[in-house]
Amino acid sequence: MSTQSRPADVPLLQVEALACDHGGPFDFSLQRGECVAIVGRSGSGKSVLLRMIADLDPHQGEVWLDGRARSTWPAPAWRRQVVFQAAEPFWWTRTARQHFSSADLSLVESLLPELGLAPALLDAEVTRLSTGERLRMALVRSLACRPRVLLLDEPTAALDQAATLALEALLAARMQAGLSVLLVTHSREQAARVGHRLLEVRDQRIHAA
Amino acid sequence: MNPIHLGEADLLVGALLVLLSAGASFALNLGVHQQLLWAAGRMVAQLLLVGLALRLVFRAASPPATFAIIVLMIGAAAREVAARPVERLRGWAHYRIGAAVVAAASVATVALALLTAIRPSPWYDPRYAIPLMGIVLGSVLNSASLALDSFFGGLVSGRAGIEARLALGASCNEALADLIRLSIRRGLIPLINQMSAAGIITLPGIMTGQMLAGMDPVEAVKYQIMLLFLLTGAGAMAASGAVWLAARSVTDERQRLRLDRLAPR
Repeated sequence: MSTQSRPADVPLLQVEALACDHGGPFDFSLQRGECVAIVGRSGSGKSVLLRMIADLDPHQGEVWLDGRARSTWPAPAWRRQVVFQAAEPFWWTRTARQHFSSADLSLVESLLPELGLAPALLDAEVTRLSTGERLRMALVRSLACRPRVLLLDEPTAALDQAATLALEALLAARMQAGLSVLLVTHSREQAARVGHRLLEVRDQRIHAA
Repeated sequence: MNPIHLGEADLLVGALLVLLSAGASFALNLGVHQQLLWAAGRMVAQLLLVGLALRLVFRAASPPATFAIIVLMIGAAAREVAARPVERLRGWAHYRIGAAVVAAASVATVALALLTAIRPSPWYDPRYAIPLMGIVLGSVLNSASLALDSFFGGLVSGRAGIEARLALGASCNEALADLIRLSIRRGLIPLINQMSAAGIITLPGIMTGQMLAGMDPVEAVKYQIMLLFLLTGAGAMAASGAVWLAARSVTDERQRLRLDRLAPR
């Protein structure tokens, strides 16, 4: 695996020959503030691709962030900058508040109203939140890491239209501020609304759609 | 005071209770009479064989024979530690963890007791070393296998939670911390129960055996206290060591959870 740095005028995220038994090789790039939407059939390898970029599964290939190879980053530091949000986000303690550090709470409290979430939900038992509330709270949790790249796996799959639009608006505002998003979705309409580019995973390879 | 020696007829009195239990099982259609009789017969054969073997080893007082018996006991305990958890690592990794923790915890504890507290002469006197090793291995086996079972089971059922933490930038140590604590605690619960119940709810076996053999109760109690301290230390070492090695085995240098290293069920 290569470890040297690249010149600064390269894309924010560069994916090179990323492959495992379930898909790839995948090659594409993501610019600063850009959203690339990824579509494809269920089981085509979209989630596998996001997990490989987050370095959660063993694989071949390399990913570069702002010209620096992932292999030169400690894995936790990489995953705080390139945050993966699963299609079914998991909560490991009783309330949402317990998942945030005190340093993140002001950011969290500012994000909640943008997603139509009442501040009181922070102290409610996570199991009592609706699926849609948990999904939106998961986006807040991901953004609380202050990532440079968000890897979102069907973040609006269980949301109604109003909540979907609120989430898309929040993402758009964050992208204005420089966040880059890789969005896996089954909705081509959403891909067209949010994505600057559309890619399709087909036959375990990535294609421009 | 000399111990009261038991003859074959005395043992037959006890055996009558097993026969009565088997008869009750048959009469009540419980379906365990054959198992009861088989287990009782097997227990008698095993213990008589061990007794005869130990009589030879004690008489010989030979370091190689003592060492060989201890290695055999450690090997059998390591195999049991590896075999008991439902989820386990692929290949020999599981047995390596079992052997490492069983050998380290039991040898360290027994050596400490022989060299500092009990101080028999010679220090490896099989009359002390082998029974001590046997009782310590029982504790090590329970603690390590319970801790490993809890850890591997928790990994599989809690995978989503662990990966959610890793995805948000936690290290493996941070993501696994709750499960590691829970698993070690599970491994220690039988030891805590044993110490809490000693003398109030139960009279521990060693102490009872020594009193039956004619030892003064206070002297027997001192031995029992010493043994419970040893068992607790050995069990804690085994549970912590087993879980630490298991955690290292299911993670990699890129701080990933590697459940692909578990054997398929």
